[in-house]
Amino acid sequence: MEANDKTVLICRGTGCESAKSPAIQTELMSGLQGSDVEVKFTGCHGMCQQGPIVIVEPQGTFYANVKLKDVEPIVGSLKNGGGPVEKLFYKDPATKEGLSTYHDIPFYSRQKRLVLQNCGRIDPEDIDDYLAEGGYEGLKKAIFDMTPDAVVQAVLDSGLRGRGGGGFPTGRKWKFTQDAPSDTKYVLCNADEGDPGAFMDRSVLEGDPHAVLEGMAIAGFAIGAQKGYIYCRAEYPLAIKRLQIAIEQARERGYLGKGIMDGDFDFDIDIFHGAGAFVCGEETALITSIEGNRGMPRSRPPYPAVKGLYDKPTLLNNVKTYANVRLIINNGADWFASIGTEKSKGTAVFALTGKIANSGLVEVPMGITLREIIFDIGGGMLDPNKNFKAVQTGGPSGGCLPESFLDTPVDYDSLIEAGSMMGSGGMVVMDEDTCMVDVARYFLDFTEKESCGKCVPCRLGTKQMLDILEDIVEGRGKPGDIELLEDLAVGIKAGSLCGLGQTAPNPVLTTLRYFRDEYEAHINHHACPAKQCKELITYHILDTCVGCGLCRRNCSTNAIIGEQKELHYIDQSLCHKCGVCFEVCPPKVFSVEIRTGEVKLVES
Amino acid sequence: MSEKYIQLTIDGTPISVPAGTTILDAAKEADVEIPVLCYFAHTTANGLCRLCVVEVEGARMLQAACVVAAQDGAVVHTRSPKVERARRTLLEMLASTVDISESPELQALVAEYECFPERFEGGKKRQPVVIDDNPVYLRDYSQCVMCWRCVQVCADDAQFTYALNFSGRGFDTQIATFFDKPLTETTCVFCGNCIGVCPTGALKAKREYLIEQGVAPEQVLELTRLKGRKNRT
Ligand SMILES: Cc1cc2nc3c(=O)[nH]c(=O)nc-3n(C[C@H](O)[C@H](O)[C@H](O)COP(=O)(O)O)c2cc1C
Ligand code: SF4
Ligand code: FES
Repeated sequence: MEANDKTVLICRGTGCESAKSPAIQTELMSGLQGSDVEVKFTGCHGMCQQGPIVIVEPQGTFYANVKLKDVEPIVGSLKNGGGPVEKLFYKDPATKEGLSTYHDIPFYSRQKRLVLQNCGRIDPEDIDDYLAEGGYEGLKKAIFDMTPDAVVQAVLDSGLRGRGGGGFPTGRKWKFTQDAPSDTKYVLCNADEGDPGAFMDRSVLEGDPHAVLEGMAIAGFAIGAQKGYIYCRAEYPLAIKRLQIAIEQARERGYLGKGIMDGDFDFDIDIFHGAGAFVCGEETALITSIEGNRGMPRSRPPYPAVKGLYDKPTLLNNVKTYANVRLIINNGADWFASIGTEKSKGTAVFALTGKIANSGLVEVPMGITLREIIFDIGGGMLDPNKNFKAVQTGGPSGGCLPESFLDTPVDYDSLIEAGSMMGSGGMVVMDEDTCMVDVARYFLDFTEKESCGKCVPCRLGTKQMLDILEDIVEGRGKPGDIELLEDLAVGIKAGSLCGLGQTAPNPVLTTLRYFRDEYEAHINHHACPAKQCKELITYHILDTCVGCGLCRRNCSTNAIIGEQKELHYIDQSLCHKCGVCFEVCPPKVFSVEIRTGEVKLVES
Repeated sequence: MSEKYIQLTIDGTPISVPAGTTILDAAKEADVEIPVLCYFAHTTANGLCRLCVVEVEGARMLQAACVVAAQDGAVVHTRSPKVERARRTLLEMLASTVDISESPELQALVAEYECFPERFEGGKKRQPVVIDDNPVYLRDYSQCVMCWRCVQVCADDAQFTYALNFSGRGFDTQIATFFDKPLTETTCVFCGNCIGVCPTGALKAKREYLIEQGVAPEQVLELTRLKGRKNRT
């Protein structure tokens, strides 16, 4: 690319596609026809909330929230060589200042993008773009300059740990599978991504599918497999389409199939469409599902490394685990091991969601603190007037950490010690308006429904826990409920057959550990400190009411009574607690109050 | 045949068994009794009721004795406080959600482990209606503990008819026919194996049931005659 050759990159990840980015691309292309500006589309940039995103390289000019009508000024500035379109700059949430390039945006400048390095920079449907960034060099080096043992050793030395949640050392898993004697072995990629709200793996598959294919092929060479499957949930049509295109292009160019790069290593990959059950992310359930049966886990050992798909030795890794492999082979194990902490190497990818200013996909070096991720990269709370309350990592298997843990380094072991876990990358930020008992109820509701129903502790135990949590949030909590929850949690964790049940009580245990007072308030005082649990709150109009009538007109149950310009009041027997009065009461008046606890239900 | 033997200790008793022996079988050798529910000597063990869990020193989780092979040098505790607590909770959960009135073995265990199923009184019970869709047997899934034995004998363990499978997820998981069709419209050949292996009163031979109800014998015969399969094409 020459210095003054400009390229316009338009994001077409799932988020931006649904915000009409394909139409914007078409407009840009027709607008720039005949000029020497190239228009390309890419995978996700991570800042999905600001999408559709358009970037002009080589300067890195960053346009956020681009609409169809904005195409004209962008085209104008590119064609006439004028300055960039300032009104489309991303505005710093703190200073409200427009930032012209993504190098200036803290969201990007604090990140370390290794796995995501190509996401948002290359066209994922064009193998030449991937090759131009050094694609398939790792595979070439592995096959022609290394032995399978040397590849396994490099992965071992790099310290890479599984990115699917458990954090098992990847090199050791490769070694077990390599050592298992068999002519037929399989390489599986876990792209089930079942955690609610997670989209890390999807973004990698959509933005840089070849990196995953290359990692799998290197794994196949190392362990002696000829066949790989990607288990991808069918809810990810765009990821599946891009994978399919990538597989076909790789076969055409000889990076997959018989005699890869004219050597004597054969390896091919197919996609398996999963039906999207959370439990199918568990390794033995995933294998059972590929074999055509109902996805239910089975007892381990034997581990898949010894007896996996069709009873053959099988290697299963997460999407991001494979995406790291080529970097290790290309740059060396020492380089990889130099990033991160002593026991957690490399980077972590998180899908930041919840009450945070910049939600999106971020990649950070292991060891960074939660505070840096949430406040520096994430820009702090979505509503700056609200206080941070907790951050949830590890999805339904993880836990919620309070403010006092914000300086915890993000690595596998520190998070486990704090009572949460790394998980595969979901990070949900909660503010003071979140009821922690309700959060626990939400996750138990998820695991109870997703339990495969095979083993007793998980099938019946999660239901018992959910029933108790529902009682508590609905005001029927009894003394002894907390102890019963703790007792059940111990039994379910110790006795369940697979990881789903073994970790399902974690959201309850961590909220009990750090927010026990909220449980006690619900049970003993019928109070929801966050004022969220409907059964435990009442709405009241204060005597500062000016009688504007807004709330009365908006109330769907006619529970609000009062003459125009006079004090209004709420008939509690009619109130459904939808909260619309609280929402519509003009900020200057601010006369609606939510009360909780043993409040008098009679209006003063 | 030269078999490799391994040594382990179960509740303090040293024992030597062939490699590959499950902890459950090894315990039998050592005269230690481990309670089982889903395990049945003639069907594939799936390790799913978790009643047979034991503590193996060094293992993070409790291990299901019926499926896990004993390891050389292992130290196994079948009655540690952790094990007893887990078993008690399991039995309580079963007793509070499933109707165990016709399962004497389960009742005995509930008594032995001093369970208080009343702890979970508030919880929902599984109360699906009794399915009476064929002349041979009744299916009362409110008594089902989901041991899978019927599914196994119907499939690869004996009959290879695959009439029974699962439906639902989580708490609502249940043994069912394909699309919940009546048994007469499935591949079922009414071999009766499933009734034989059911450890609770969930599967009941219809003749026995009718006689228990005081129906006259000649009427019983009439009610339980297997008619030609009309629905088959
Ligand atoms: C209930 C359950 C769900 C899981 N879901 C996923 C998933 O969606 N994606 C994933 O990569 N791993 C998931 N895992 C972890 C996998 O079982 C497995 O450990 C992982 O894919 C191994 O890859 P890794 O070593 O590269 O992390 C799940 C585990 C459990 C118990
Ligand atoms: S722990 Fe839950 S998901 Fe896992 S086997 Fe048991 S019932 Fe199924
Ligand atoms: S008897 Fe072992 S799990 Fe049921």
